[in-house]
Amino acid sequence: MPALPLDEAGQYVAAAYVVFLALILIYVAIMAAKIARIDREISQLAEDDE
Amino acid sequence: MYSKGLVPLAVASVVSITAAMALIFFYAPLDADQGFVQKIFYVHVPMAIVALGGFVAGGIFGIRHLRSGDASWDLRSYVAIHMSIILGLGVLVTGAIWAKASWGHWWVWDEPVLVSFLVVFLLYCVYYPLRFAIEDPDRQARYSSVFAIAAGAFVPLNFVAVRMAESFTHPRVLSQTGGSMPGEMRLTFLVTLVAMTLLFVTLWKFELTAKHASLQLKKLRQRRADREAVTA
Repeated sequence: MPALPLDEAGQYVAAAYVVFLALILIYVAIMAAKIARIDREISQLAEDDE
Repeated sequence: MYSKGLVPLAVASVVSITAAMALIFFYAPLDADQGFVQKIFYVHVPMAIVALGGFVAGGIFGIRHLRSGDASWDLRSYVAIHMSIILGLGVLVTGAIWAKASWGHWWVWDEPVLVSFLVVFLLYCVYYPLRFAIEDPDRQARYSSVFAIAAGAFVPLNFVAVRMAESFTHPRVLSQTGGSMPGEMRLTFLVTLVAMTLLFVTLWKFELTAKHASLQLKKLRQRRADREAVTA
């Protein structure tokens, strides 16, 4: 196939990089939620011990 | 325990990813055949290499777990496989986008590179139900390690078999001629590969740290419950 014109190729390239970025962001968001939960539970444990 | 060196690693990841993006879009020349679409190569191929490397690392950690009986190696193996599955998903999606742009099809079933990667990805998807179907922690860790070793050995075998197969449409990147890449492209590719590896290691350590904290918390809660049971 001949090379796509820049405007059309740009959409595919942007889509590929957005997929990569989205994967990383979703992963980090899930991990942040898990760490926030651990933090809450530790605070609860510390409060109960006081 | 696992968080040692996490901050410098995270900084190195951010710096190297920024450098890689700058090289991809401002330094690497346009491909004479594919034009701008070839820029997908710089995210797709390093992701694939790092994902496959992560699967093999998962197998090596599995070996260390079976040899030592130390559960921390099983945790390392599990997280490495988990990270590789995430990157593997990225490889399949970015590969499909690239295939549509350059071949006109989202997927080509008679291409060994594509199908073999899908087979490896689906093989590792089985790891989760296998692992979490076993309740006893020791058995869970042991069976998971055996799976990680067997599947980890399959990855390089699969890679060699695919390279020996006839290529129809998918290009070969890791060849003796370096995929016939000009110097600027090769440098950009290598920087991106280093950045992707650093990102993988950073996220791997990040998840290990979170999982370790969660396990410690569970132990603390258990100890507290035991203490309360004794006093009551």
